[in-house]
Amino acid sequence: MKKSLILVMTLVLSFALAACGQGNKTNNAGGGTNAGTTNSATGDTGAAGGGETSTSELSGSILAVGSSALQPLVDQASKKFMEKNPKVSIQVQGGGSGTGLTQVSGGQADIGNSDVFAEEKLDAAAAKELVDHQVAVVGMAAVVNPEVTVDSLTKDQLVQIFTGKVTNWKDVGGPDQKIQIVNRPSSSGTRATFEKYALGTKTEDLPGAIQEDSSGTVHKLVSETPGAIGYLALSYLDDKVKTLKYDGVEATEENVANGTYPVWAYEHMYTKGEPNEVAKAFLDYMVSDEVQNADVVELGYIPASKMQVKRDLDGNITK
Amino acid sequence: MNAKTADKVATAVIIFFAGVILLIMAGLLGFILVRGIGHISFDFLTSPPETIKEGGGIGPQLFNSLFLLVLTMIITIPLGLGAGIYMSEYAKPGKITDFIRLIVEVLSSFPSIVVGLFGLLVFVNVFGFGFSLFSGALALTVFNLPLMVRITEQGMASVPQAQKEASLALGLSKWKTIKSIMLPIAMPIILTGTILAAGRVFGEAAALLFTAGMSSPRLDFSDWNPLSPMSPLNPFRPAETLAVHIWKINSEGLAPDAPEIAAGASAVLIITVLLFNLLARWIGRMLHKKFTATK
Amino acid sequence: MARSRENRKIKQHIMEEWTGKVFTSLCIVLLVVTIFSLVYFVATKGFSSFIKDGISIGEIFGGTQWKPEGEPPFYGALPFIIGSFSTSIMAAIIAAPLSICAALFMVEIMPKIGRKYLQPAIELLAGIPSVVYGFVGLSVIVPFYRDIFPGQGLGIAAGATVLSIMILPTMTSIATDALAALPPGLKEGSYALGATRWQTLARIVIPTTLPSLMTGVVLGMARAFGEALAVQMVIGNAPHIPRSLFESASTLTSAITLSMGNTVMGSPQNNVLWTLALILMLMTFVFVFIVRCLERRANR
Repeated sequence: MKKSLILVMTLVLSFALAACGQGNKTNNAGGGTNAGTTNSATGDTGAAGGGETSTSELSGSILAVGSSALQPLVDQASKKFMEKNPKVSIQVQGGGSGTGLTQVSGGQADIGNSDVFAEEKLDAAAAKELVDHQVAVVGMAAVVNPEVTVDSLTKDQLVQIFTGKVTNWKDVGGPDQKIQIVNRPSSSGTRATFEKYALGTKTEDLPGAIQEDSSGTVHKLVSETPGAIGYLALSYLDDKVKTLKYDGVEATEENVANGTYPVWAYEHMYTKGEPNEVAKAFLDYMVSDEVQNADVVELGYIPASKMQVKRDLDGNITK
Repeated sequence: MNAKTADKVATAVIIFFAGVILLIMAGLLGFILVRGIGHISFDFLTSPPETIKEGGGIGPQLFNSLFLLVLTMIITIPLGLGAGIYMSEYAKPGKITDFIRLIVEVLSSFPSIVVGLFGLLVFVNVFGFGFSLFSGALALTVFNLPLMVRITEQGMASVPQAQKEASLALGLSKWKTIKSIMLPIAMPIILTGTILAAGRVFGEAAALLFTAGMSSPRLDFSDWNPLSPMSPLNPFRPAETLAVHIWKINSEGLAPDAPEIAAGASAVLIITVLLFNLLARWIGRMLHKKFTATK
Repeated sequence: MARSRENRKIKQHIMEEWTGKVFTSLCIVLLVVTIFSLVYFVATKGFSSFIKDGISIGEIFGGTQWKPEGEPPFYGALPFIIGSFSTSIMAAIIAAPLSICAALFMVEIMPKIGRKYLQPAIELLAGIPSVVYGFVGLSVIVPFYRDIFPGQGLGIAAGATVLSIMILPTMTSIATDALAALPPGLKEGSYALGATRWQTLARIVIPTTLPSLMTGVVLGMARAFGEALAVQMVIGNAPHIPRSLFESASTLTSAITLSMGNTVMGSPQNNVLWTLALILMLMTFVFVFIVRCLERRANR
């Protein structure tokens, strides 16, 4: 047994070393093929776009990839758009904000959906090529298990909870119960938004904290686990979880729109350079009243047009 | 404790554990079916899903799962048969054959997520197929292929040596012998194995998340031209299969009846896999009867 | 005339032979190319975190801090590696006795009932998709553990429990094959000497089939090691080495599924995720290697 163990070790080691030496050379080649293929991929999906001239009916196909939080909205809007323009085909894909930005920047997708500004994920040069289209706003709220008696938390209290300085609900005016954090992975756009605007600081992953990437699972766990706290987009709130006030301000759409409730983020649809004809028509449709006042509200987002405040990449708010 | 009591105790323990497995099994099936079966209706099986409203179905997903299965099998079966026949009939025993056998073994135990990532990198990005049924089918082929090779090898090995030699002695070429004599005899084993492998394709999700995508574009079931983007038969459209749909509904579902849909879809998935198993058994038995009776 | 027909026949014969050989060889070449490209692509991507981003091998394999978004970032993957090993080993420990008992039941004790009820049941278990396992785990096992143990229910214990059920079929079918392949003479000799069934099983059957039984256990572990979705749903995903079996933890697979979609391809964090995939792949090699050693023993 000992002998075979040693054999295993040597096998692994030798493989690792062999591949190590090779990796050095192959790395460049790998990058090369990646760059080369993106072009051909654009031809596949994008070229169909601006084929027709402006006077005739729109036709072509576009691909929108990215944020799973934004996907339902784009999906629903695209179906309506396609009914109006039967020759247009729009494919909407999930995969996460990172995937969306990668694919739009690489040219595989025409539109990249993202929960965060491209500058936060891509390097500066790649982000500069992308054009931002803000189609909606999503508000977020801290939620707790319904049995927790706390109704409102201040920014300070939230920071203390999420940094692990407060671990019992009694320290923030609740029952004598352990706090169970249900967080998002550190790569998540939702977490980035929550940390930036609700906590104002980056937090570390605490031992024992649960991390889930999907809103549905966070919702389920917060509603079932005693003493749990998490955060969800406003569209996921219902009576199975208890929504907390932030600094005494209720998490409602009006409060987000008039700027009194600060925990919200834009939903972005990026294009590489200016969009082609079909993509432009679709993006215009996304911000038209027809979508903004119907689907956006219906799906629990806040229309970008309703916002009385604006915010830039660095978080500066202008009226 | 004497040997007799030890024997009795041990037997009891073994029977107990076997019973535990049956209980787990029954509990699992019961849990899924009881929760889900009430939700299954003709409407549920045929209507498209709804994002936020109640009453969404799983029609497109069910179709996608079946279509993906067909696509995968179209690629896998000839490749797997060919490779399996090579391994059992043409390969000369030696280092290279041993090495290939090792490779097949390694490939069959790769985690599906690694295969999925490979698919994302190569089929989706490098080859530019995008998130599509075709990428998904290729990724599934990668991990179904070794299974198919092994099944074919097993089937070929079950052919009596005398029959093979008789055919060769009659002056038939080796390939003809394989095609017309050995394959039909090996068929029952190959077919049952293939159907069981198909069941595995049906339930796979991890590899498809990264290759076939998580959305289902509008399908126009009156358009059967495989080249048009809205046609259900177009292999280059993204497609969400039933297993992926369960995963998505569980994690991001906004519809008020999401848990019921997930339960219903799980039940459908399990019933389908059950059907696959029964079908495999039935066909195996049928063919076996046919061959043993004619002899 | 007769000669030319003969010639044509021979030509046809050769042609047939040639088609067969070329077709099957092409298939096998494609298979080999596929696996090589798989290994190549995953390895290049996996090693780019060391080469391009300059993260040290020691940090990834030995570091306990996973803070990819931190300043400066830390990429210690040790918690994931430990999580993967402990869940899969625990799953194997739970599943091994169950599956060996099931195999003994089917082969030695009540073959009729076993083959009629137990075997189809176990085959069906193999067919249940992993997503469904995760769903059931989250709805049944997690609340159950939350109620009877301290903690949130999610964690290594929940993951191992779900996995142990998932790998039962693999282990059982291999154990059944091994037991059935045992030459009957051995057992009959033991019975003839007056040994009871248990004595026969414990002293003859199990020791002789042990390497094959172990093969099943290792293959089961390999499957548990690579399983992604079911584990991710029930393990909690905290990037730390857990202090108990009922505390949120992570595995290599759960870390990949959790963050792959959120990161941009080519960024250091994304590359590290590929390194995790590379570790998964290397572990597959190790598992196959162990299985080979065991098989060699079994055949001796």
